[in-house]
Amino acid sequence: MSQSSVIVVGAGVAGLVSALELAERGLRVEVVERGPALGAHSCSWKAGGMLAPWCERATTEPEIATLGAPSIEWWEQHFPGTVSLGSLVVAPPRDGGELSRFAKRTERFEWVDATRIEELEPDLAGRFRRALYFPDEAHLDPRRALAAVAERLTELGVPIRFGVDFSADTSDADVIVDCRGLAARDALHDLRGVRGEMLVIRTAELELSRPVRLLHPRLPLYIVPREDGVFMVGATMIESEGRGGVSVRSAVELLNAAYALHPAFGEAEILELAADLRPAFPDNLPTVRRAGRTFYVNGMFRHGFLLAPALAKQVADALLMEASDADYRQRRSA
Amino acid sequence: MTFYGVELSSRLLLGTARYPSPAILGEAIKASGAEVVTVSLRREAGTERGGQSFWSFIRALGLRVLPNTAGCHSVKEAVTTAHMAHELFDTKWIKLEVIRDDETLQPDVFGLVEAARILSHDGFEVFPYTTEDLAVADRLVEAGCRVLMPWGAPIGSARGLNNAYGLKSLRAHFPDIPLVVDAGLGVPSHAAAAMELGYDAVLLNTAVAEAGDPVAMAKAFALAIEAGRMACRAQPLEPRDMAVPSTPMMGRASLGD
Repeated sequence: MSQSSVIVVGAGVAGLVSALELAERGLRVEVVERGPALGAHSCSWKAGGMLAPWCERATTEPEIATLGAPSIEWWEQHFPGTVSLGSLVVAPPRDGGELSRFAKRTERFEWVDATRIEELEPDLAGRFRRALYFPDEAHLDPRRALAAVAERLTELGVPIRFGVDFSADTSDADVIVDCRGLAARDALHDLRGVRGEMLVIRTAELELSRPVRLLHPRLPLYIVPREDGVFMVGATMIESEGRGGVSVRSAVELLNAAYALHPAFGEAEILELAADLRPAFPDNLPTVRRAGRTFYVNGMFRHGFLLAPALAKQVADALLMEASDADYRQRRSA
Repeated sequence: MTFYGVELSSRLLLGTARYPSPAILGEAIKASGAEVVTVSLRREAGTERGGQSFWSFIRALGLRVLPNTAGCHSVKEAVTTAHMAHELFDTKWIKLEVIRDDETLQPDVFGLVEAARILSHDGFEVFPYTTEDLAVADRLVEAGCRVLMPWGAPIGSARGLNNAYGLKSLRAHFPDIPLVVDAGLGVPSHAAAAMELGYDAVLLNTAVAEAGDPVAMAKAFALAIEAGRMACRAQPLEPRDMAVPSTPMMGRASLGD
């Protein structure tokens, strides 16, 4: 097979996962990233890291779940830190209707009662009378997952060059896989940013084994456990491309969510409050677009970790199909 | 139906928040036939006017935009937001919300009247989000408002018309001011009921945006509004205390023979 060279632009989750998929399938790959270090300029760095296709199904179009479901296995294979313990959805007692409504709009869950909630999450004992348990879902720590993918790329001999301002005009790569996120709007004019704000806290007083989503008519939020007593609370969703710091209102909402889940979070230490912009197309669905030798992988919106493996596969399939066609034509004409 | 001299044929005004995506929002608007959409500035604005991308999308729909001051808790905030809206959307229209507390999102009617007076004086055409209170409505008209938007129920509560009697009195009291039921509707029958009371229009957001199928729900509301309007003009019956046979008493078979 001909060994065309591929340059992946952007070392967020879309770029790194695409690079790994291509490298594992035998292509010669290189990654360039404008930021100075892993995560510095990537919105993936602030992601929740929930691999929750069926929870997402309740509020998004079916395509997200269809594309996302196989990614759980991809992450299990590529990142040993992937935790496959499902996820839990709860609602304050007076918003019980939200729970039924959520249930009606999705699948692959069980209704669980207080006893079962206690078995799953002992620290939530007595706090909720019923919940939805999605046993097939998983979660990961995005920062550790990106580092693991980067490490695997290095093992495979794929260079990742940071601090590079890539220009397609001066690149002699055969194929460009553009994973620049919102920065790609110079080429993808219908791309927009949707602001999200998140909180990272630490406490030794509570333990959770899986992400917990707190339904609320106004502010549906979630808490994802990381290692060492660290929890990520996310995320607001605002139709704004403002890059300023987290607003007081959003901080209050995020802190309230943690406190509503368990008052012991009131004693937690705030490690980080951060904001960034999610790249999204008008339908909030991801696409792989092709223009000449460039593949644009973008628009993953809230679902970077959930969707990156599926989109990476689409790019790799397209490239390898072409490569084998070319190979075939070459052999025939020889 | 005329709002501040602007003739409109659709009696459905649609909010633009909380849809699954801008694309679905666009389709829902199309299905609803709405000619006016409301846009929230406060929440999306930020200091850098970061909402430009979304607002460009709204402007590109080619509809009349009714910016709102959702999320404002004081007269000052509401007035500032209205002026910002004027700059961004080049319209004198403003849907005025001054909220008392975050829990119920109930209008602060005192602040509302004050802000309405200031904005009307500044040349705005104010659409105040108010309760069904008659005295407050009087004050709003006195302050310069020529459209009133009483709530059906608290914002987003999907409860329908909490006080149909109050809304009916308001209609009787203000026969010549366009009245729009704004907020609290959940299903199309709520909208039909508002129209049957003689209301001029209905403003919706959450009931459509958070429906499982927002596009179908937008259409369902449009049909209900049309039905309610038609029923109101067709002079419906008043409820009666006794049964009235619907079959004429002619030619009944005589069984006595």
